[in-house]
Amino acid sequence: MHPVSELIKNLADQHGRERRNLLPILQGVVEQEKYLSEFSMIEIARELDLPAAEVYGTATFYSFLEYKKMGKYIIRVCKTITCSMKGKNQIMLAIEDMLKISAGETTPDGNFSLLQTNCLGFCHKAPAMLINNEIYTELTPEKVREILSSYLEKKGGLYDN
Amino acid sequence: MTTNYQLRRVDFIFKNENDWEEVLSKSISRTPQELINELISSELKGRGGAGFPTGLKWKLSSEAVDDIKYVICNADEGEPGTFKDREILSRVPFKVLTAMAVCGHVIGAKEGYIYLRGEYFFLQPELKKAISEFEYFCKEINLDFKIRIFMGSGAYICGEETALFESMEGKRGEPRNKPPYPSSYGYMGKPTVINNVETLAHTFTIFKYGAKRFYDLGVQYSRGSKLFSVSGDTPKPGIYELELGMSLADFVDEFGDGDTKAVQVGGASGFLVPRKRFGETAIGFQGKLTGISLPTGGSMMLFNSSRSMFNVLDNYLEFFREESCGQCTPCRVGCQQLLKGIKAVKRGEKNAHYLDKLLRLTETMQLTAKCGLGQSVANSFSSIVENFREEMIY
Amino acid sequence: MTKNIKITINGVSVEIEEGTTILDAARKAGVIIPTLCYHKDLCVAGNCRVCITEIVGQKRLTAACATPCEDGMEVLTNSLKVRNSRKHIVELLLSEHNADCTRCYKNGNCELQHLASEYKIMTQDFIRLAPMKKYTIDMFSPSIVKDDSKCVRCQRCVRTCVELQGVNALTVAHKGDQMKITTFFEKLISDVVCTTCGQCINHCPTGALVEKNYIEEVWDAIADTTKHVVVQTAPAVRVGLGEELGFETGTRVTGKMVAALKRLGFDAVMDTDFTADLTIMEEGTELLTRLKKVLVDHDPEVKLPMATSCSPGWIKYIEHMFPDYLEHLSTCKSPQQMFGALAKTYYAKARNLDPETIVSVSIMPCTAKKFEANRPEMHDSGYRDVDYVLTTRELAIMIKQAGIDFMKLEDMHYDRLMGESTGAGVIFGATGGVMEAALRTAYELVTGREVPFENLNIIPVRGMEGVKEATVKIENPLKEWAFLDGVELKCAVAHGLVNAGKVMESIRKGEANYHFIEFMACPGGCLGGGGQPIPTSPEIRQKRAEAIYAEDAGMPLRKSHQNQEIIKIYKDFLDHPLSEKSHHLLHTHYTARERF
Ligand SMILES: Cc1cc2nc3c(=O)[nH]c(=O)nc-3n(C[C@H](O)[C@H](O)[C@H](O)COP(=O)(O)O)c2cc1C
Ligand code: SF4
Ligand code: SF4
Ligand code: SF4
Ligand code: SF4
Ligand code: FES
Ligand code: FES
Repeated sequence: MHPVSELIKNLADQHGRERRNLLPILQGVVEQEKYLSEFSMIEIARELDLPAAEVYGTATFYSFLEYKKMGKYIIRVCKTITCSMKGKNQIMLAIEDMLKISAGETTPDGNFSLLQTNCLGFCHKAPAMLINNEIYTELTPEKVREILSSYLEKKGGLYDN
Repeated sequence: MTTNYQLRRVDFIFKNENDWEEVLSKSISRTPQELINELISSELKGRGGAGFPTGLKWKLSSEAVDDIKYVICNADEGEPGTFKDREILSRVPFKVLTAMAVCGHVIGAKEGYIYLRGEYFFLQPELKKAISEFEYFCKEINLDFKIRIFMGSGAYICGEETALFESMEGKRGEPRNKPPYPSSYGYMGKPTVINNVETLAHTFTIFKYGAKRFYDLGVQYSRGSKLFSVSGDTPKPGIYELELGMSLADFVDEFGDGDTKAVQVGGASGFLVPRKRFGETAIGFQGKLTGISLPTGGSMMLFNSSRSMFNVLDNYLEFFREESCGQCTPCRVGCQQLLKGIKAVKRGEKNAHYLDKLLRLTETMQLTAKCGLGQSVANSFSSIVENFREEMIY
Repeated sequence: MTKNIKITINGVSVEIEEGTTILDAARKAGVIIPTLCYHKDLCVAGNCRVCITEIVGQKRLTAACATPCEDGMEVLTNSLKVRNSRKHIVELLLSEHNADCTRCYKNGNCELQHLASEYKIMTQDFIRLAPMKKYTIDMFSPSIVKDDSKCVRCQRCVRTCVELQGVNALTVAHKGDQMKITTFFEKLISDVVCTTCGQCINHCPTGALVEKNYIEEVWDAIADTTKHVVVQTAPAVRVGLGEELGFETGTRVTGKMVAALKRLGFDAVMDTDFTADLTIMEEGTELLTRLKKVLVDHDPEVKLPMATSCSPGWIKYIEHMFPDYLEHLSTCKSPQQMFGALAKTYYAKARNLDPETIVSVSIMPCTAKKFEANRPEMHDSGYRDVDYVLTTRELAIMIKQAGIDFMKLEDMHYDRLMGESTGAGVIFGATGGVMEAALRTAYELVTGREVPFENLNIIPVRGMEGVKEATVKIENPLKEWAFLDGVELKCAVAHGLVNAGKVMESIRKGEANYHFIEFMACPGGCLGGGGQPIPTSPEIRQKRAEAIYAEDAGMPLRKSHQNQEIIKIYKDFLDHPLSEKSHHLLHTHYTARERF
């Protein structure tokens, strides 16, 4: 069995196979795979006996359910008002500079994707960003470089896979 | 005109919760009717933004006839500038869990859900631990009530109650037609009480101390205290519990940086109040408060004179354009028109009168949009455009 | 017990049942409230907001289609507040719309255009969003053109595809300004589960979903003097065409249609009803053969129930959704394709024509037939069996283009050889019709007696119920059918693919023990087909059905096997049903397809 199919089967065993279990299953796949491929969605549709188009339509409603290939680490920088006021642009520049990608892109080694998102609920500590599920706040360009370096180190550099 | 109410800090919500077991046991030994009356006499209104009387909400669901009912805690907290619910869930989760169980007792529900926004994924481990401890205690006192976490996935509109139900049912988070209302037709078509995290935390206070302690705070139509998420140009951003009814002038005295030009009350879907109206603006629910009062989910964003109100509005509209569910015409197309429209005026492609056309459009959006999102875009748009017209043009 | 309540609409009092929507109450009171996302066939969406009304005492306006009346409600449908807002909403829709009416296929029959003209939206104050957006126009399907720049996002098509058809080829994806109607992973409509039934086209208020039209190709063929252009007309066209040309719904225009086709310049005008009768001969025999193989020979290879195969939308549906059940399908081609295969063989020979020069055109109530004609296997004549398929709507367009005053035409008769039909062929156009026609012939074949129903009208299989059942007990059969003595032939009829799906599920679960099932992709059968006049509604389909049965009742011959041209074709060309030649020309095979 394909590993993704197996993952989906396990998720369905765990959450159930009703329509109301769709979101947790989509989330479970994204958690592991970082995005929902065509194959994943077809498998989910099959497992839950749902139309594939419905799975696609539902998934694309939610901005955290990516449907294009994403890096291992998805960086989501808040672009809403307070973060904007408090220097979100510099944060973006710092990241773009360091990873050599712009918003919406993934590093060639497949490690990082850079996205923007709406208010993360840390406006009092703006600017803020998420890396996968980790929150980082009161960012400055220096701080961002440190954080990214720690990810690069942890993972043995950009060329690790 | 200024109001008489001083800014007063309160400490209910984050006060320790060590006695939750006692509050729970004591509350469920009371009849649903007593508890409803307690809530009604506290005059607690929902803290999620709409300000619906909580006692009445519970009462309506308790009267609905059905074997299966649900209690849902709305922790989708997506309104820009709001971050209080996260704090409650991480610091005093047992208050919320207790309140959910008491609500279950009142309306006859055995299942509760916390709809937690995807952005707060990191809260899950701690919250899950709290839930299992809580459920363990429920079992001990023979209370049949289960709580589960349902994760959102990055969609602001899912905070709207009927969109939230749709989302929990595994669908796109598109708001439903109302009626029917959640009290009779909510999650899975069953009678459902849905309350904001903070609302639930306040009911804990009320069940613990009685309605009066809560009622004695605040002013007519706006009783009790409220958490405020303070951000923007302020030396002390953070979360503060304040008595309702204060004047915005007092608030700015306390939190401003000395150069406050305007305050956005209630997040992107709230109103912008310019400096000249701080004195006459009171913070509470709409009613017969002296001066203008503003409904609020508790977001207070301060802007000083270095900020361009055009950029602020532009940012809000960008937010709405993306976060609208997109199903209804006035909201989906309206948001795009407003955003493109102010840019066109700014660039001189449309003349200043076009702003009036856009103001009329926001009226239509308010009158005709299917849900609160589209209806409330008018709030920030008109309050910003009317008060800072020059900044929109030049 | 429903209780009655009273409300006023624009000051006029009406009494209605509790639970009635404001929209329905207004209709009752003779007040028209404009709508866009509302459709009688579908569940209420309440998303376009065109139908907003004012309820006195409420600040906000209310969507009439989605709101039940309450006792004592005072509703205003034309207050200044309502008018201004509604106008804004139409303006907004137009601003997001590629409003290029003069070049639009729906020009003249478009609900958005109608709204715009009703509200006299003469200016373009709002910024035109349409040119700034990235839109897809999918023209790759042989049946459907999907142009997102014309879509108002009313979701009628999605609800149609989900609720009526249970196909779910279309979905709503993304949110906010990006929200759109699309397919799985935004693939081409020809690459997904879409059955090409065209119901979404029939329910779309705008030009966002239309049929792929072949009008110019057909004009070219007619004008080409080296070509012999043969046309066939499906049963349901004769009860639909009139609607497009100024007649009342449900008017039968068979003779005028034939006259019009001749005036358009077709070289021969013949009838799909003829091959409908032929289908009955082939399919009826196939059924009896299958019954024998199962009941007598106990052949495990032969599958029952046998399902009809004349609805290509249904065929594509089962290929996608129940690919493991393809052996249950009758191998008969649809009447259209039988006709096509015969036109370039039997007809060519009889008329001494080089099949190379024959262009075979069909007029169908159906968009799936366009897809079917395009299937690679449909070349059994040695050529493409059917060259062009036009819908009822396309034919109406050609008639108008040719300047024919349709009302004034004298009735004419079909050309001979493949132009004769019986009432049995006609009722193919209605749900239950194939079943009824088959029973009329098969019963008689087996017993030598007519079906035991008054005037041959097999009422249990008629009507608009989604799934119908009938049992026919066979008693005292002729000698060669003795094995059928006492057998209760269990039949079912399903129309609308959502109902087809229900029947298939019950078969899969082993709950159903039918012998023979008629499946039609479209609600009401072909008369409600995706190529029929727009609008459609339960009432309209009912009227067309009545017309079909009236046509049947008025025919001198009502049973397929009585058709003289059928008798002739077996004598001169095919020998007998299921002969080798029939197998080659009239039967086909199916392809399992993906389910997304
Ligand atoms: C667009 C929109 C977003 C909303 N988001 C939230 C939210 O994040 N949290 C919340 O508690 N209520 C939110 N609400 C309000 C809810 O619909 C609902 O009124 C609330 O959960 C009721 O709880 P309360 O009575 O305790 O305030 C939102 C409403 C709208 C229209
Ligand atoms: S107002 Fe906006 S968010 Fe609400 S239903 Fe309409 S489009 Fe969706
Ligand atoms: S869809 Fe309707 S309004 Fe749009 S261009 Fe076509 S006819 Fe005109
Ligand atoms: S043609 Fe039929 S199956 Fe295809 S999208 Fe339209 S309604 Fe669905
Ligand atoms: S394609 Fe037609 S029916 Fe479907 S949403 Fe668009 S306008 Fe409506
Ligand atoms: S604006 Fe960035 S966290 Fe709220
Ligand atoms: S017709 Fe009522 S909202 Fe569209």
